[in-house]
Amino acid sequence: MKLHLKIWRQENKNSQGRFENYTLDDVSQDSSFLEMLDLLNEELTEKGDEPIAFDHDCREGICGMCSLVINGVAHGQNREPIKQVTVCQLHMRHFHDGETITIEPWRAQAFPALKDLIVDRTAFDIIIQAGGYVSVSTGGAAEASAIPVPKKDADVSMDAAACIGCGACVAACPNASAMLFTSAKITHLGILPQGQTERYQRVVDMVNAMDTAGFGGCTNMGECEAVCPKDISLDFIARMNGDLIKAALMGVS
Amino acid sequence: MVGIMSFPNTTIGKKVIMAISGVIWVGYLAMHMYGNLKIFGGATYFNHYAEGLRELGAPVFGHAHLLFVARIVFVGSIIAHVWAAITLNLRNKASRPVTYNQHQKLRASTATLTMIYGGVTIAVFIIYHLLHFTLGLLVHPDFDGQNAYHNVIVGFQSYAYIPAIIYLVALIALAFHLYHGTWSMFQTLGLNNKTYNNMIRSLAWAVAIVIPIGFAAVPLSVMFGILQ
Amino acid sequence: MDINAIKVIEDSLDAKIPEGVIQEKWDKHRFNMKLVNPSNRRKFEVIVVGAGLAGASAAASMGEMGYNVHCFFYQDSARRAHSVAAQGGINAAKNYRNDGDSIFRLFYDTVKGGDYRSREANVYRLAQVSNNIIDQCVAQGVPFAREYGGMLDNRSFGGAQVSRTFYARGQTGQQLLLGAYQALQRQAHAGTVKLYSRTEMLDLIVIDGRARGIVTRDMVTGEMKSYLADAVVLATGGYGNAYFLSTNAIGCNATAAWRAYKRGAYFANPCFVQIHPTCIPPAGEHQSKLTLMSESLRNDGRIWVPRQAGDTRPAAQISEAERFYYLEEKYPSFGNLVPRDVASRNAKTVVDDGHGVGELQNGVYLDFSDAIGRLGKDVIKDRYGNLFDMYTSITGEDPYEAPMRIYPAIHYTMGGVWVDYNLESAIPGLFVLGEANFSDHGANRLGASALMQGVADGYFVIPYTLGNYLAQTQLDSVDLGNAAVAEAEAAVNDKIDKLMAVNGKRSVTHFHREVGRALWDYVGMARNDEGLRKALERIPEIRAEFWDDVRVPGSAKDLNQSLEMAGRVADFLELGELMAFDALHRNESCGGHFREESQTEEGEALRNDEKFSFVSAWEYNGDGQTPNLHKESLAFEYVALSRRSYK
Repeated sequence: MKLHLKIWRQENKNSQGRFENYTLDDVSQDSSFLEMLDLLNEELTEKGDEPIAFDHDCREGICGMCSLVINGVAHGQNREPIKQVTVCQLHMRHFHDGETITIEPWRAQAFPALKDLIVDRTAFDIIIQAGGYVSVSTGGAAEASAIPVPKKDADVSMDAAACIGCGACVAACPNASAMLFTSAKITHLGILPQGQTERYQRVVDMVNAMDTAGFGGCTNMGECEAVCPKDISLDFIARMNGDLIKAALMGVS
Repeated sequence: MVGIMSFPNTTIGKKVIMAISGVIWVGYLAMHMYGNLKIFGGATYFNHYAEGLRELGAPVFGHAHLLFVARIVFVGSIIAHVWAAITLNLRNKASRPVTYNQHQKLRASTATLTMIYGGVTIAVFIIYHLLHFTLGLLVHPDFDGQNAYHNVIVGFQSYAYIPAIIYLVALIALAFHLYHGTWSMFQTLGLNNKTYNNMIRSLAWAVAIVIPIGFAAVPLSVMFGILQ
Repeated sequence: MDINAIKVIEDSLDAKIPEGVIQEKWDKHRFNMKLVNPSNRRKFEVIVVGAGLAGASAAASMGEMGYNVHCFFYQDSARRAHSVAAQGGINAAKNYRNDGDSIFRLFYDTVKGGDYRSREANVYRLAQVSNNIIDQCVAQGVPFAREYGGMLDNRSFGGAQVSRTFYARGQTGQQLLLGAYQALQRQAHAGTVKLYSRTEMLDLIVIDGRARGIVTRDMVTGEMKSYLADAVVLATGGYGNAYFLSTNAIGCNATAAWRAYKRGAYFANPCFVQIHPTCIPPAGEHQSKLTLMSESLRNDGRIWVPRQAGDTRPAAQISEAERFYYLEEKYPSFGNLVPRDVASRNAKTVVDDGHGVGELQNGVYLDFSDAIGRLGKDVIKDRYGNLFDMYTSITGEDPYEAPMRIYPAIHYTMGGVWVDYNLESAIPGLFVLGEANFSDHGANRLGASALMQGVADGYFVIPYTLGNYLAQTQLDSVDLGNAAVAEAEAAVNDKIDKLMAVNGKRSVTHFHREVGRALWDYVGMARNDEGLRKALERIPEIRAEFWDDVRVPGSAKDLNQSLEMAGRVADFLELGELMAFDALHRNESCGGHFREESQTEEGEALRNDEKFSFVSAWEYNGDGQTPNLHKESLAFEYVALSRRSYK
């Protein structure tokens, strides 16, 4: 298939970006979206141009590195009746011959651009650093089976823990809010008995870190949930809000 | 700032302020709408109700005292609601300085996307409404501070029903605002989850339909001559 | 490299295995090791390269203890290292199922599964600490699967006879990594660990015979910077990406390990690679990586190919009689559940014989129609729904309707930097953890053991052994003005300048694909003398072409993904040759290393314990020169040597 690509190019974090147009022939329907970009990059390299920088790593939808907004949708829209996937799992058969595809990076104040389609997502690490853990040092653990965890809780915790930290939620949110990401970690840990001790301090600290990093606020639109490749639920945001209110009433600061 | 005093400083806190002030206003609107419907009981009945508002809480509260307190709460709430909305909106705008060339919305409903416009419409309308019916200072040909029934009928009938139409338009905006606002309130206060989500959505629908229709009954009845 | 000119150095390697019966070795060793006083720990700087399970757990644990840790990784966040992709689970000898498991049984299974090419003492320690791992991870909040009573669930994995595998849906690696990542972030917050993301180690700094630092490149600015420390820990993963197509992440590389090799560490058993039988076959030339699907699929799927070679009819039109269920026919008792290497090799044989299916005739069928008929679609969906969705997403085919196509792919590398019992390499002060070292899996790794080893090394081994090293070593203070630093930096700069200067016509990917193809063809699932000799000719040719015709566009002083890749591929072009060389040298079949010359009459792997019961640890001897061979002989005192049989 033949494709027209309109791709954001930006030399470095300080430069002004712009869109460049490319045409690519002979793209296989079976290639993934990133393999299509590989093909373009090989052509550019052999022509002597600079290839397009984009983040990617595992290419099996679990590392959370890939991050492209395709035709206005974070990770691109999977047009099959199966769930949303990461860009690396999106395949070219969802596009049609001759289509023009616009490719942009995640855009958010808290995710500064580095080059072309690559952005810096350190802000997510900083949110985790603020409290996204159970404070247990190596060696200090009790016997694993000492505390039973109801299966239902373990399952919800796992649902939340499935977050891959890709940042599509921020990219899709009209407010560039990181509520879905932050709430996923708060739910993952806050629902388990192991995470109870620090539950309220954690929510206060992580929400503060999230706000300080420059993410926007949540207006409950659900755009984040719609693009999440791991089905992280808006319920977790409600849970985080509830925990924050409780923490505030308890006077946690 | 600690505890709930930190709310004005955090994004979630601001939303909580909006949710709580929103709850107050939904309650107020429901009462107001219920009161309005008394107009169908005739001038005496309605005017008696309007006057009765001033005697609320009697004999503990003096004439118009509790009404005054209520007004402070309602005005305070709306100021808090608008302040939080504006500061949050500015922050949200700043959180994406470089915008997308294309940005599709996959999930957000019209109600969700128009919250800010609906909010502005409602805010402007409230000012208009106060000038029109409470103070009689604007587009009211014959305002009588002692006769609420007369003020309503005349206020809607005059100027080729344009005031009535303005009311109806504002009510459409209100319907949208209430739909997203009601659901959002539960979400923000941490009271939503999968089990209750459908119920809360239904409640949001009910609030968004019942309150505006209750309000709309009055201007429509005036326009169609049912109320004279 | 000349296979006839190897200088063999016998018994030069001291594995430092503690004395005593195997059950007591680690305990005694822990007591005998020197400790660093808690208040002195902050005076030590430790560099950890890599932030996967092994690296993150090591950095976090040592940070908790009070060392000043500097953790370097090429990803943008430590949460993305490729440990994240492990699906199945993690083994531990908890015996929660009361089904006869024990530390000794896990040890026994691992040594036997590794086809007697691992070090018994290391494996026993691994089995011992496996239980602590589960405790630690549960305490961190890893959401392991639970039973209705709230207790931890276990499953049997990879043909094990006991249920000892703990799992978190199909994302066990992700969840364990997040546990380690979060512990690491906690230390970053506390200031004991400094994180260096998007930073690549390009050389090792050795001063007075000890590893004292690394040369790095900031992958965003291109800035070259050296860091010095009292010890260096490499936890940089395996070298499966040498094959171009593998289940590894695109960025996985052997550069750190290869630099260490060139600075004096030994590279052990490079020919031991594991091939996973259930991956999605390549769809064309554009293919950039292969996706693994859990082995559990073989529990219900039946593997077959058309009996007639060259039969290209769709599966539905091929009658039952015309189907060749080759595993069921050949291995009646194990059938489709034969071990990974056996399943893989047989798939290769039928495809090579022209029975391959799919448009490119490069796969075999994994058919669920019987299971769907027997159990119903809902049961199958419940068991494998996620995997089926993934398959559909990648291939556009519906495995509920037509059989899946699968083919083996490179998955894990058992070989790696040689380390002693303390995980210390031949360079004092250089410790190597996880997949990057060679120690625990022998010639074949059991399912659900990779995670176990990574975490064991990081949480429970290195904190002790590194402390022991620091406590008993008199380290001189060094600074960046040291000649060794300048020399290492110059070497790195030279290489980058050279790469930028070639300015040829071919992309880096082109050469990566070429070397990968040579390795897959000749150093893949089945190897023979002739093929390996071809590989030893072909790889240096590709290397020469690379240095003559590669084009690395852009600037070295900038974010430059082509340059990053070029450096890695340049190393694969050298390592690939050593892999072929080692494979040629090891004229026996064992585990994942199958030499066609060494097989039983039934075509099974035939070990030669007389001649090859040792670890081949290769010592660098100069570019293109034949490396020296250090042999660490392996003694099996607790697990009697025996031959596998799956008939």
